[in-house]
Amino acid sequence: MDRFQLFPVQASTLAPEVDHLLYFLLAVAVFFTLLIFGAIFYFAIRYRRRSENELPHVQHTGYTLEILWSVIPFGLTMVMFTWGASIYFTASKPPNNAIQIYAVGKQWMWKLEHAEGQREINELHIPIGTPVRLTMASEDVIHSFFVPAFRTKQDVVPGRYSTTWFTATKPGKYHLFCAEYCGTNHSGMIGWVYVMEPMDYQNWLSGGAVEGSMAESGKKLFEQLACNNCHKDDNSGRGPVLVGLFGKQVQLVGGGSVKADEAYFRESILQPQAKIVYGFEPVMPTFQGLVTEEQLVQLVEYVKSLGPKPGTGPVDNGQKPVPEKSSTAGSTPANR
Amino acid sequence: MITAAAQERENYLNASHGLKSWFLTKDHKRIGLLYLATITLFFFIGGAFATLIRVELLTPQGNLVSSETYNKLFTMHGVMMIFFFLIPSIPAVLGNFFLPIMIGARDLAFPKLNLLSWYLLVVGGMFSLYAMLAGGVDTGWTFYTPYSTTYSNGYVIATALGIFIAGFSSILTGLNFIVTIHRMRAPGMTWFRMPLFVWAHYATSLIQVLGTPVLAVTIVLLFLERVFHLGIFDPARGGDPVLFQHLFWFYSHPAVYIMVLPAMGVVSEVISTFSRKAIFGYGFVAFSSVSIAVLGFLVWGHHLFVSGQSLFAGMVFSFLSYFVAIPSAIKVFNWTATLYKGSISFQTPMLYALGFIGLFTMGGLTGLFVAALGIDMHVTDTYFVVAHFHYIMVGGAIMGYMSGLHYWWPKMTGRMYPEAWARLSALVIFLGFNLTFFPQFILGYLGMPRRYHLYPPEFQVLNVLSTAGASVLAVGYLMPMIYFIWSLRYGKVAPVNPWGATGLEWKTSSPPPVHNFDETPVVTHDAYDYASLMAEEVEVG
Repeated sequence: MDRFQLFPVQASTLAPEVDHLLYFLLAVAVFFTLLIFGAIFYFAIRYRRRSENELPHVQHTGYTLEILWSVIPFGLTMVMFTWGASIYFTASKPPNNAIQIYAVGKQWMWKLEHAEGQREINELHIPIGTPVRLTMASEDVIHSFFVPAFRTKQDVVPGRYSTTWFTATKPGKYHLFCAEYCGTNHSGMIGWVYVMEPMDYQNWLSGGAVEGSMAESGKKLFEQLACNNCHKDDNSGRGPVLVGLFGKQVQLVGGGSVKADEAYFRESILQPQAKIVYGFEPVMPTFQGLVTEEQLVQLVEYVKSLGPKPGTGPVDNGQKPVPEKSSTAGSTPANR
Repeated sequence: MITAAAQERENYLNASHGLKSWFLTKDHKRIGLLYLATITLFFFIGGAFATLIRVELLTPQGNLVSSETYNKLFTMHGVMMIFFFLIPSIPAVLGNFFLPIMIGARDLAFPKLNLLSWYLLVVGGMFSLYAMLAGGVDTGWTFYTPYSTTYSNGYVIATALGIFIAGFSSILTGLNFIVTIHRMRAPGMTWFRMPLFVWAHYATSLIQVLGTPVLAVTIVLLFLERVFHLGIFDPARGGDPVLFQHLFWFYSHPAVYIMVLPAMGVVSEVISTFSRKAIFGYGFVAFSSVSIAVLGFLVWGHHLFVSGQSLFAGMVFSFLSYFVAIPSAIKVFNWTATLYKGSISFQTPMLYALGFIGLFTMGGLTGLFVAALGIDMHVTDTYFVVAHFHYIMVGGAIMGYMSGLHYWWPKMTGRMYPEAWARLSALVIFLGFNLTFFPQFILGYLGMPRRYHLYPPEFQVLNVLSTAGASVLAVGYLMPMIYFIWSLRYGKVAPVNPWGATGLEWKTSSPPPVHNFDETPVVTHDAYDYASLMAEEVEVG
């Protein structure tokens, strides 16, 4: 590969947006740099000391000037702020039709798992033109998922799910870096993102997956860990029914409600006492230390598979604290 | 004849002799020199680590040191340079020496506390240095949890303890300056007659006194977490690793202004002196220092745009960060306007000061890039950020420090440095600096993450350029080291006021007497009143 490069490739829908803001900032920066450097050089030569006794006439202050050179830069910075914030806002809101992929960072590798069950290490295959949403967890320290060609970066903080998303626009092979210092082999925690034509991606997907989809793996775990002893499909168990739960609002003991998303599932498995569903006893034991982050995402994906998928069910219709019972066949009043 | 008289005169250097007269001194001027020797040592140690880093990065593979050693090197470089060189640099050396003289005081308000501050820095610095060399620390100077609390095997606590101790040095120095400025100004030295160097130190001291205790608390929490597993930063126990980042940057962002505000103070003095003109917009420059100090406390969250803080917090911190840009811009414009219709001469302090304006402008403008949320997502934790903060801290703070050191060297030592060599050093440092750090902006936008021991081969050419620049820069920094020492013996004897400057420090002898002035000065003019200075000279002449 070439040893010299000046500008990174653009390979996502976000990349040109970020670069356009960069061009604006560069234009402003070059203008002011030239202005200041030019003025200094001009004044330095024009007003160089010609005799030891000369005494310049002093002007102490010019209020018009002071106001001008405060207000104009302020106006420019507000353009920068608004422009930058709008890009950030877009980058923070994954579209509903995004493909869901899970990433787990650990010293010093990236493990990725597709919903269909393909697992990869330090490699990520994605299709062109479809939004991809990454739900990311860390097994140990803070990592950061960084793909320069996509102009996107998100820290992966232990103890929570972090998300990022991108839509690739150009087939190819792009660097994946860990951008948050994570210990001895931090600079070895790198990989490649392969952006493929949709057909190639489908072929690739159907090639692997020896252990079944993530939901299937999650189902096995669900049974191994005896979750199904309490979380039954009907309302006969000691725990809430999980069928049709994903995306709903869950009413809690002590008032209030929470949206049943990935982060809520994760928390409920690791810290079951944190939020108690209304109508149930706090009897669930913690699974902290018993399941890895990779197993957690499989469990989460399994629970999600029991409910309506994003975009197909009433996902964002979470106004009512009580889940509707009509949306899914298995849904019963007991899951409130 | 005059020079011979000046040499024989009793001054703070020849008034007493022996080690005890130095190590137990309460004279702010001698303590300033003790600081100078100490931080020069720390600077060259920190510089040696930087040299090893740059040599290692000549090639994409790691062929000089292991990854473990590399991580320790950038940690030690950051810790030494930030906590033990940059933060004390201008305040503890030049501020200590000149702040009392510039307001017509005999010493700082608390001379014993001042000596204690120096001992705290020495003890803290030696402690951290020993911990890092003996056991090593690989957390980076930022000590992010949970790596620092749970996973790192290094001497994290010992290193942090050194920083904790040195923090008290910083707090006490700030306290001393604030009280001195409030209580010990000479008759006639009103607030708005104070030199801008003093205003800058007042603003800096506020940050030191208000910000550093937060760092101390953060280090204590780090200790409790690492040793007793308290759970403050551990999500498995209900803690949050990101909380550490909030606490850390609450101090460490304002700390950037501890480094750069005093440099701005130096530049204001030097630009005025070598243009023979009052600084344009004195009040705006003075208040911009104070507003930078205040606003600096409200922007820490811009270090956390991709750390998982809320979308709303990201927007608020980006918005507020742009507010700091305005007082900084006001300063740059006012310095430039001061040159207009001035009488400009190009002695070394002026060359360094003009270099400061250029490099600080570039550092400040690239600050606008990293404050923009959409750009920061891409460039944070890359070499873009590394380049940006070196432009502020090295291009800004160190250029300002060098400018001040040359400007006041004749007053401090009674000797002139060799002008030609010094001008050359300013040029070499300016060019070497740009060659080192400009390529890093490009590297960062290309996506090279910081703290990478190994890197993809397409980044090599820019890294080689950067290393080449670093060698030029190293030569540039060694030159003043040599000619300053040389000048102590062979330099021309300095007159009272070699630059035709207006401050009170230029009205007392070079070097000053033990109590700074033979009689307490009475101030009758604004700062930078060159007309009355030259009228006096005519009368005397």
